[in-house]
Amino acid sequence: MASFESIEVKDGVDQETVDAVREVGGAYKYGWETDIEMEYAPKGLNTDIVKLISDKNEEPEWMTEWRLKAFNRWEKIKEPKWSMVQYPEIDFQDQYYYARPKSMAEKPKSLDEVDPKLLATYDKLGIPLKEQMLLAGVETADNGEQGERKVAVDAVFDSVSVGTTFQKELKSAGVIFCSISEAIKEHPELVKKYLGSVVPVTDNYYATLNSAVFSDGSFVYVPPGVRCPMELSTYFRINAENTGQFERTLIIADKGSYVSYLEGCTAPKRDTAQLHAAVVEIVVEEDAEVKYSTVQNWFPGDEDGNGGIYNFVTKRADCRGDRSKVMWTQVETGSAVTWKYPSCILRGDDSQGEFYSIAITNNHQQADTGTKMVHLGKNTKSRIVSKGISAGFAQNTYRGLVSMHPKAKDSRNYTQCDSLLIGDKCGAHTVPYIEVKNNSSRVEHEATTSKVDDDQLFYCRQRGMDEEEAVALVVNGFCKDVLQALPMEFAMEAQQLVAISLEGSVG
Amino acid sequence: MAIKQQKFDPIEDATFQVANKNRGWSQKAREGALKRLSTMGMPSRRDEYWKYTNPTELLTEKLSVSPVVGLEDANIFSELDALKIVFCDGVFNPDLSDDLAAENIIISRLEENGDLHWAKNYYGLLEEKAQRPVSRSLAALNTAIASDGALIHVKGKVEKPIQILGIRNNTAEAILHHVIKVEKDCSITLLESGPFAKRLNSVMEVFLDEGASLEHIRAQGRDHDRLAVTHVFADIKENAKFKSFTLSANGMLTRNECVLTLSGDECAAHVAGASVGDGKSFHHDDTVFITHDAVACESRQVFKKVLRNGATGVFQGKILVKEGAQKTDGYQISQSLLLDEDSQFLAKPELEIYADDVACSHGSTSGAIDEEALFYLCSRGISKNDAADMLTLAFLAEAVEEIENDKIADIIVEKISAWLSRRRN
Repeated sequence: MASFESIEVKDGVDQETVDAVREVGGAYKYGWETDIEMEYAPKGLNTDIVKLISDKNEEPEWMTEWRLKAFNRWEKIKEPKWSMVQYPEIDFQDQYYYARPKSMAEKPKSLDEVDPKLLATYDKLGIPLKEQMLLAGVETADNGEQGERKVAVDAVFDSVSVGTTFQKELKSAGVIFCSISEAIKEHPELVKKYLGSVVPVTDNYYATLNSAVFSDGSFVYVPPGVRCPMELSTYFRINAENTGQFERTLIIADKGSYVSYLEGCTAPKRDTAQLHAAVVEIVVEEDAEVKYSTVQNWFPGDEDGNGGIYNFVTKRADCRGDRSKVMWTQVETGSAVTWKYPSCILRGDDSQGEFYSIAITNNHQQADTGTKMVHLGKNTKSRIVSKGISAGFAQNTYRGLVSMHPKAKDSRNYTQCDSLLIGDKCGAHTVPYIEVKNNSSRVEHEATTSKVDDDQLFYCRQRGMDEEEAVALVVNGFCKDVLQALPMEFAMEAQQLVAISLEGSVG
Repeated sequence: MAIKQQKFDPIEDATFQVANKNRGWSQKAREGALKRLSTMGMPSRRDEYWKYTNPTELLTEKLSVSPVVGLEDANIFSELDALKIVFCDGVFNPDLSDDLAAENIIISRLEENGDLHWAKNYYGLLEEKAQRPVSRSLAALNTAIASDGALIHVKGKVEKPIQILGIRNNTAEAILHHVIKVEKDCSITLLESGPFAKRLNSVMEVFLDEGASLEHIRAQGRDHDRLAVTHVFADIKENAKFKSFTLSANGMLTRNECVLTLSGDECAAHVAGASVGDGKSFHHDDTVFITHDAVACESRQVFKKVLRNGATGVFQGKILVKEGAQKTDGYQISQSLLLDEDSQFLAKPELEIYADDVACSHGSTSGAIDEEALFYLCSRGISKNDAADMLTLAFLAEAVEEIENDKIADIIVEKISAWLSRRRN
């Protein structure tokens, strides 16, 4: 990383931070590819391709119709240009919309039947799919009590789901966790009811595209009152060249349930850019809680900005019921271009939304990310903590909306976004939208470190720390909490980021 | 035979005006502005830049004549000894104005023919520069068809404040364009008040040379039917200091834009605004764009809004720190005090930063009067009304404190207090 060595770091940015960023943004560890025989749909996008994808997934007619409707709309709309990212025009006809390993032509009945090459791929990524391996590797053999450490994984390879672990155990708890293609076949009533109800087909250009061509993804349904017995996760791997990945995730947490969901993603190094346009929909009913964590580590492109993933993602949670709660945590380190705003619609009274984000861009990476908190219900609360770190020639933008509707009485929002620049060729930008339409709500958007909880600061000062130290302690302590809240599988990767300090940061 | 009703097209109207009247030295700049305007088109609600304010009312056909607002009501600074430049119905009025001849300063009016004028190289210059990255069509329209304006050239120390005063008599519209150039190490205090017209489109271009300083204090008040779009453009050179404060009360639609470029090292720019609005028809928009293009400059934005009875307050502020503008100190705060359930505050406080050694912060809050503070004051024997007024004034104080001249600050506070006391429950 020559570009990194040569830059001068200004006073106040400690070496630890620089090292941590270098480590994260450095050599991409997941850049290898799996040599496996693939089957592609013809290049390009038209109604035939949409039908073909639907056909491959053996979908019922209503689903095909749904896709075609989306495709018709997509043809009529234009790509959005408002974000602060620049990339060459995407030729939507010059790529594949469906790619699956040949061995997956006939869906394996269990993980034992899955092509060993595929299993080896996930092993190499550190995601063991075999349950016995998981048990042996993650747990101490004789301690059955630590069952909550288990993580059920849905592994998505290019356009198809390879397999989902722990399905039996989850089933006994009443939890449905499977690929979305399976859910369309097995649980059409649920899919019909919820698909597109949070992110409508007409939502935005990439969501519409996704609606037309999504090939696979994960489906989660947690029945009323059930606390999901283990973490659920999906691991997305792009392997094929010139192929877009369009996955769709639908999570439904019924009344009083709880689920924690993780998402990871990687892709091989290639010198042409690849498109990834996903949609994640979360429905949170009364008293339910969903935690959604992402470590996004798509290939960021090389040091000169060649290749990488264009990550255009729509993620939204709808807190429909009273007292429902959703928490987004994201660590964004990969992708050449990111365009992603995990959002919360706080519809139910007393519902809560939280968004914690660390976005790191290096070299020629560009990220335009943030969140939307739409307060509709009474006494709703939201909190946004975003840290953007920019190095090399990267551009990092926080873009967010906090909206308090007239009926959202007594609601509360607190937003803090900090950015850090390492080097003088990069940029950090903040574009918050704040819309307050009633006076009993309080909205605070802060970017100055002086606004850390005064009581905590006072306590630290009283113990003899100077103000800066106190602020650093309080903020870092909070940040650590966020990172440690990440499930263990991701914690390793994310822990490296803890070292990043707030010193020298700008609002 | 029915005549087909044609929709009013401001660009067509401007084209006609520019083509049919030769304005001497400013003609070339006007033609340039018209050309820009034609490519940019007029703003619409769909533009991101007009997300929170609907420009339609600023673009419709000629308005009907509005009630007269006289000189006394217009001049809130009457107790100050200032040199008055009075515009009546958008045209300079020599009878009401003071003698414009004064030491160290040359004041003339835009509507003066002749081919040579010092302002020739300045008129429209900053407006043109400010058309990127967002178009400000209404400012270009102003450059093209401005009917009059004050051209002020400061060449030394000016004792008295200069006051631009507008009254309205029998016209609904005024388009004024002022150019102010302050030479090296010179300074001026500029006051601006009055209703000017029912619909006002005003542009002020300020050029501050090295070490120069300008303090601009503006009051928009009393005229409840006001539709105003104003632009203040400034280019600030090394060690110069630019300060602008605006008090806005009432009015229907007010959009105050301030576009500043800090182009010399170690210069400073402060803009502040206090606005008080009452009623559903009140819509007040402060849009600020500050560009840091030099080393060690300081900028400060302080905007406070008190809103009641369904009033709407908008703040769009941006600090752009260009590559190389190291040691920048940028501060921005926008706050609203919503006095009842129906009022709303819409804000977009933006930062765009391309330099790594900078301290930029922005904050934005919105909420009601602090019940505890109110209770505290009431428990000390202060009536609820007095306590609420006191807290409201305290809320606005940070903006008012930006005014350097105490006498002027007192006048502003007095006006706000009067506004509040007229609206007691």
